[in-house]
Amino acid sequence: MPIELVLNVTLQGLLTGLVYGLMALGLSVIFGVVRVVNFAHGEMMTIAMYGAIVAFGAWQIDPLVAMVPIAALLFALGYVMQAWLINPFINRPEHSQFMLLAAVAIVMVNALLMIFGPDARTTLVDYALDSVEIGPLLADKVRLITAGLALAITAGLFAFFKLSRTGKAIRACADNYMGALTVGLNVKQLYAFTFGLGSACVGAAGAMMVLLIDVTPNLGPAFTLQAFVIVIVGGLGSMPGALLGGVLIGLSEALSGLFFAPSAKSMFAIALLILVLLFRPQGLLGKKA
Amino acid sequence: MSDLLVVDGISKSFRGLRAVSRASLTVPKGGIVGLIGPNGAGKTTCFNMIAGVYKPDEGSVTLDGRRIDGLRPDLICHAGVGRTFQIVKPFKELTALDNVMVGALHTESDTRRAKREAEAVLDRLGMLEKRNQPAGQLTLPERKRLEVARALATKPRILLLDEVMAGLRPTETDQMVAVFRDLNQREGLTILLIEHVMRAVMALSQQVVVLHHGEVIARGDPQAVVRDPAVLECYLGEEAEI
Amino acid sequence: MIAGLYERLLDGVPRRALLLLGLLLIAMLVAPLLVDPYLLSILILVLYFAYTGQAWNVMMGFCGQLSLGHSLYVGLAAYTSAALYVHFQLPPTIGALAAISISMAFGAGIGFLAFRFGIGGTYFALLTIAFAEFTRVGFDHFAWVNGSGGFFLPVEQYTRNDVLNLRGRPVMFYYLLLALTVAAFVFCRWLLTGRIGYYWQAIREDQEAAQTLGINTFRYKMLAVLISSGMTALSGVFFAFYYNNLFPEQIFNISRSIELILGPIIGGLGSLFGPILGAFVLTLLAEGLYETLHGLGYDIPGIKHVFYGICLAAVIMYLPHGIWPPLRRKLGLETRQ
Repeated sequence: MPIELVLNVTLQGLLTGLVYGLMALGLSVIFGVVRVVNFAHGEMMTIAMYGAIVAFGAWQIDPLVAMVPIAALLFALGYVMQAWLINPFINRPEHSQFMLLAAVAIVMVNALLMIFGPDARTTLVDYALDSVEIGPLLADKVRLITAGLALAITAGLFAFFKLSRTGKAIRACADNYMGALTVGLNVKQLYAFTFGLGSACVGAAGAMMVLLIDVTPNLGPAFTLQAFVIVIVGGLGSMPGALLGGVLIGLSEALSGLFFAPSAKSMFAIALLILVLLFRPQGLLGKKA
Repeated sequence: MSDLLVVDGISKSFRGLRAVSRASLTVPKGGIVGLIGPNGAGKTTCFNMIAGVYKPDEGSVTLDGRRIDGLRPDLICHAGVGRTFQIVKPFKELTALDNVMVGALHTESDTRRAKREAEAVLDRLGMLEKRNQPAGQLTLPERKRLEVARALATKPRILLLDEVMAGLRPTETDQMVAVFRDLNQREGLTILLIEHVMRAVMALSQQVVVLHHGEVIARGDPQAVVRDPAVLECYLGEEAEI
Repeated sequence: MIAGLYERLLDGVPRRALLLLGLLLIAMLVAPLLVDPYLLSILILVLYFAYTGQAWNVMMGFCGQLSLGHSLYVGLAAYTSAALYVHFQLPPTIGALAAISISMAFGAGIGFLAFRFGIGGTYFALLTIAFAEFTRVGFDHFAWVNGSGGFFLPVEQYTRNDVLNLRGRPVMFYYLLLALTVAAFVFCRWLLTGRIGYYWQAIREDQEAAQTLGINTFRYKMLAVLISSGMTALSGVFFAFYYNNLFPEQIFNISRSIELILGPIIGGLGSLFGPILGAFVLTLLAEGLYETLHGLGYDIPGIKHVFYGICLAAVIMYLPHGIWPPLRRKLGLETRQ
């Protein structure tokens, strides 16, 4: 096998992995603060993807531009979901939360199916097939742009949590729920805000993802699973971990597709997940519980 | 009188912080020993090492001549140690009777006989009329008694009580004291108790061990120990209910 | 011995509950004589979910170990019994033993790894999903059973029911499933009224306290996984011989796992009648919705599941312990002590 091919595929996996990472980052942020595993995460991703499809189909808006209103829309969706639906479940057992979100996921998948039908949809921007030469390597332009954006958004989110007042307040909630209540933080609102932020991440990732793959309503559960794999591998609740997990999964998918069968690509990701769960359940970059 | 429980020089550190340092104590067969000390003295850590939650960094725990340190909690129960938790851990969705039955099933595999035993234990602790209530709906003093009943139902040779009197009214405390004294005198149950309520400690203990900063600073007759200047000093600023 | 068993199973059960159960059983026994093939197929689905839900309930409802990957056991057993039948003409009644063994072996492996390494809660649930997904992709490439192309059992028009080979008309499957469901119900009652049932519930409620009372939590959690996976295996055997076609993508799918656990959760987690009630409510709700929407001319794909999801969310929100506990109180059927 020519080394250029391997290197190209590696680069491609790495770039795609960063977008995966952004998607998973949303899940990680939500879990890290609200302590709820968003079982409808992948479904929210597909909603964002269809949003980009509509924006492009109806008004020829480039998905990378549509990304901004879509992220805002997903923020609102996440905020409302947390404030109205999930908040009463905060102190309920895990399986109860899971069932609620599974029900939400069922509604989302099938609402998309009702509106858009089962066929795959895609966008074709005029730079879709452009590629950029980096030394001996050839990278798709869209992958480079989306990966760069994913990194930028992650950095922005990181800065938000580290520097802004709201970000610090949210971290306080995550650290110590009772303490946050005691010092008078509006935990309910901060939780909703965090859920919104996590959803905005997945919204942005979804808008970018339409440039890379076709979308069908059934992709939702697969994305949910993939987001789980990524955050568990990287460390549930860890922001750099989500990015690292995304990259690892992107790489493993690309390389297993190259060396084995493309249809077996998720097997390696899941094998990685199982190994991490058994030997380092807090994830590669997670803090020990 | 021979010693049932011998704790010999056990230590435990958490992230470099020495919670218990070479603590030793003995509980004679059929005796009641009180383990006291200010908050954070390492009493519960001591209990957790005896009960198998933690493995001591050094030292040994011997029950009737058999080493039990480092064993899993369930095996320590098999060896004959029953314990309660300072922060009670009831099986919330189960009724009070079912809670105690879980304990009774330890020695009695037949559920019908286990039920009768569990009822007897509940009766002894004055909880029989609460038997059909889910444990999650009981008041805190009731949960404390349930905790004792559950541990007793496993028929331990020694019972470790972790602050079971805390939060009880004086009359309730006296009732509990009477129950333990009765168990001790009539059935020869050996008891090691951590307690802040000095009223109970003084009434029950034949011997008191004082722990401070993880070390044993005094031991002996309760009346003498509470007059020990070192003990009084370590309690200064603490609310000792003497 | 028999009398003791009888007493143990019925201890504290109100007479009314027995009467109602008896009536339900009689209704289920005569139902095939009264309903058309379409309704019969729905009742088969109800029983399938009732039985499988009961099997899952052993692990989660009784012992508190959340498995979101029970499709793994269904799929493994379905493939095992079907492949043995097609390749070696082994009757599924015997093949079921192999199917149960394989499912239990996988259950044991997952349980051993998870419980030895101290994985619980959400992480355990995700681990079960991971194993199911892993196996799904594996079967996609498993040539002996035709990989992702699907594995098919020979089908013909049956004039008589061959129970040994599970070849026959739907009504045969109906009665087999009914027998399984009843057996599972009694078996679970037996488990719950014994030491193991008490120990499981103790572990579910508080593992640390359970251990202090002398319970070897590892052993009892393993037993829960083994019994649950073994019971679930029979659902897989039924699935293979009732539907006659198996696709890894479908049978191992995570949505299959979720489908299986909706019944017991909606019905009442940890209760004996919950999975049965849940299966009735959910299956009839789904089919009723489909029929209603179909009748009104709304044949849009997905619409049924949107309603279904909304109903589901509503039940979870307003009846946190499921439908059965409040219903049981209303009917005055609570067990006495």
